[in-house]
Amino acid sequence: MILKGKAWKFGDSISTDLICPGRYFHLRSNLPELAKHVLEDADQDFASKMAKGDFVVAGNNFGLGSSREHAPTIIKLAGISAVLAKSFARIFYRNAINVGLPLLECDTDKIEQGDEITIDLATGTIRDKTKGIELKARPLPKAMLNILNDGGLLAHIEKHGDFRLD
Amino acid sequence: MGKTLAEKILSGKSGQDAYAGDIVIAQVDVAAFQDGTGPLGVRQLQKMRLERARASKSILFIDHAAPSPRKELSNDHMLLREFSKKTGAILSEVGDGIIHQRLVESYAKPGDVVIGADSHTCTSGALGAFATGMGSTDVAVGMAMGRTWFKVPETFRVQVKGDFPPGVYSKDLILYLIGMLGADGATYKALEFGGPAIEKMSMEARFVLSNMAVEAGAKTGLIASDKRTKQYLKARARVRDWKPIVPDEDAKYERVIEIDARKLVPQVAFPHTVDNTRAVTDAKGIKVSQVFLGTCTNGRIEDLKIAALILKGKQRAHNTRLVVVPASREVFLSAMKSGLLEVFVRAGGIIMGPGCGPCVGVHQGVLGDGEACLSTANRNFRGRMGNPEGFVYLASPATAAYSAIKGEISDPRRLFTTRKRKTVRKAIKRGKKK
Repeated sequence: MILKGKAWKFGDSISTDLICPGRYFHLRSNLPELAKHVLEDADQDFASKMAKGDFVVAGNNFGLGSSREHAPTIIKLAGISAVLAKSFARIFYRNAINVGLPLLECDTDKIEQGDEITIDLATGTIRDKTKGIELKARPLPKAMLNILNDGGLLAHIEKHGDFRLD
Repeated sequence: MGKTLAEKILSGKSGQDAYAGDIVIAQVDVAAFQDGTGPLGVRQLQKMRLERARASKSILFIDHAAPSPRKELSNDHMLLREFSKKTGAILSEVGDGIIHQRLVESYAKPGDVVIGADSHTCTSGALGAFATGMGSTDVAVGMAMGRTWFKVPETFRVQVKGDFPPGVYSKDLILYLIGMLGADGATYKALEFGGPAIEKMSMEARFVLSNMAVEAGAKTGLIASDKRTKQYLKARARVRDWKPIVPDEDAKYERVIEIDARKLVPQVAFPHTVDNTRAVTDAKGIKVSQVFLGTCTNGRIEDLKIAALILKGKQRAHNTRLVVVPASREVFLSAMKSGLLEVFVRAGGIIMGPGCGPCVGVHQGVLGDGEACLSTANRNFRGRMGNPEGFVYLASPATAAYSAIKGEISDPRRLFTTRKRKTVRKAIKRGKKK
């Protein structure tokens, strides 16, 4: 699958509190409403500025903190097609794959705000058309790739009736 | 080949000889939700038409917004109660306490696999259980199937020796370690705490270490199950839940970190990351509008006792609010019986019912613009206490209590002459005998 969109650049240590603030705790059962506040504490107007298909591009340890699956869920629901970061926090990583949000671990330093990006998910190739550069994402572990390819953990269990990881 | 604690427990629960890097499917002994993550998990199971609870213990904790401050959350609580009725999952109601404290008091046991839709589920690791936080869908599937999958983590052994100086606690040790490793320094790894200082440490102090393992990115924070573990369970009529679990002497560790507790000083994590730690002396003079004593990190009876010894007969500073939240009903009752609550109330504090309190930014002490809070919690991310314009500092209960009196971050070591420290020790011992 080829994804196309613009880069929205964030720094290191973007916590799930910045992605999905605790003060909107009462909106967790109203995901479309919660998605209007995605990444609000990292960039106040992010939800209104971004367009469907765009990418979140960040530094180290993206998604650290709370286990709230609402964080990757509202990033996906807002229309972000993938998150690119130098590294991801563990629980966020597993959650994102479970809800079918593609993550690409790569050196994001050269990508700048507003760059036009194309991603080939099958090969993990990232093209920054603005800069004229190509990056390669580290491949997903096989177990996670199986879950992502099935469309997330629910779809995976529905398809196989159990975990099929190898 | 020798095994680490993580490898031992996961071998036991997966029925295979599991070593770091292996993918295993393990039996789930405890699967837990809280009110912030449970509703999404329940809806995932409804979508799959898999509304059932097959984990040996499936538990729903209402603790994050308890009692509910808004109708939306009241409705979420109703959904959890309904799921409990339908499936037989245990319900932990408003006032029972925080998920992680309740898990160690009544549910988790040595050798268990514990999964919880809350990142601080790693707290139960101090009982010698492989306990880890996951998202709603993972826990939902684990609860419904009674199994989940893991990549067996590599282990960092944290070897601690020496006596803690007066006024320095396990909270200072873990903050120091996180500052050293960085917030992602142990990503995907298990931390395994051991050594003479850990063997001497109370269970209450051990829980603090395991609780904050995730703040260095770790999957879990394990401690061998020993005599103290047995005593802790025995005091709760659970001696049958005890069994010893220790790592093998020839276990393979990815890294060994040695710490001498004698050299530690009180630590403060500055906003807005937990690894932004400095010695308390570098925080001197920072004014705080609120001091928060509580949470799954430091809301236990030993913590409240230390704070009460410092606050007894004293007053909070005029411009500093003091919010105290016992971690569970057991802690609340014990604090009530031993007169600690009276100390806090007389000192100008307010006591809230057991639960997460203001830690998650939902209620009970949301910060105003520009306000700083010194908290005994485990997180200080921007916006954490309900306001992105607020500032959260993290420290031990002793530092928190002394700072409440002073109105600014203050070094608690000044209070602890040898004589006073003995009083603290005696008071803690007395509490345990009760």
